[in-house]
Amino acid sequence: MIFLTVGTQLPFDRLARAVDNWCAERPDHEVIGQIGEPGRNGYRPTHFEWWPFVEPSEFVRRLDQSSVIVAHAGMGSIISAMLHAKPIVIMPRRDEFGEHRNNHQYATAKSFSERPLVHVAMTETDLPSRIEAALRSPAASAGDDFSRFAETSLIDAIRTTIVSAGRQGGSRSARQ
Amino acid sequence: MMLVQRPIRVLALASSGGHWIQLRRLRPAWLGCDVAYATSNAGYRSEIEEEEVAPGLPAPRFYSFPDASRWQKARLILQLLSVIRILLLERPDVVITTGASAGYFALRIAKLFGRRTVWLDSIANSAELSLSGQRVARYADLWLTQWDHLVAPLGKAGPAPSFRGQVL
Repeated sequence: MIFLTVGTQLPFDRLARAVDNWCAERPDHEVIGQIGEPGRNGYRPTHFEWWPFVEPSEFVRRLDQSSVIVAHAGMGSIISAMLHAKPIVIMPRRDEFGEHRNNHQYATAKSFSERPLVHVAMTETDLPSRIEAALRSPAASAGDDFSRFAETSLIDAIRTTIVSAGRQGGSRSARQ
Repeated sequence: MMLVQRPIRVLALASSGGHWIQLRRLRPAWLGCDVAYATSNAGYRSEIEEEEVAPGLPAPRFYSFPDASRWQKARLILQLLSVIRILLLERPDVVITTGASAGYFALRIAKLFGRRTVWLDSIANSAELSLSGQRVARYADLWLTQWDHLVAPLGKAGPAPSFRGQVL
């Protein structure tokens, strides 16, 4: 199963339509999607089952069941796929199409293009070949070495600031 | 009379989605602290309730606040009020956020009360620092970027973010 997700904010019609078109040509593949609230004039896929939003617990369940994730280039989607060791196809939202407030997803797509399990489609034209590549990618065990936590150096830096709040008197002593 | 140290109170706050997922990956940083979480999707409550609690520590508390984008003025005000309420209820010693607007509000208010503040810019901001991060920088005791190449002072003499690693 392929799981499409566009994140918790705006819909992403360009991606939903591209996946719908791919679906029409590959009816042998089951696809489900979380596509945001399409609104009156928004795109409503006809070749796969979709919902505007899914609850976080449901999201994790769908992710687990899928063999490939297709998503906008949002960090929530990318990190979730990595945690579950699933290949992910990402396509960046562009601000010139009103899909986001800036082009940071374009930068994200570029900076993640070298990561294992991440397949980047810069535009909808690239999407079919990227999905096919993701489907061919071996069922990964890469998740085994993907940590559940941030880098130790980052955690240590934040912990140092927290502990200093205690010394500063933040952790006021209580009389007993 | 005996003096008993109470654990440091931490508020970890971020909007839902990518910001939240990144914030949660930092949790070893507040191990042993008395922690509360706040985010814009109430659906994350079960994730927090299911979390293991170390002996002697209270279970982490969970709050949600309204979602808002930069252009939704009315919703931003509702969000601000909600963040104020959470801070009044929690009175944290330290506030940690990965963004976005709610994190900005939380840090500004926490700083008014002299609390420690940490801003970690999202890893998504690999080309430039987030706008809310730049605006809140002077109120952050620790201002972090996840990209080494973005470590540079704001303007000529402004604060500069530090780089200490990534959430991945």
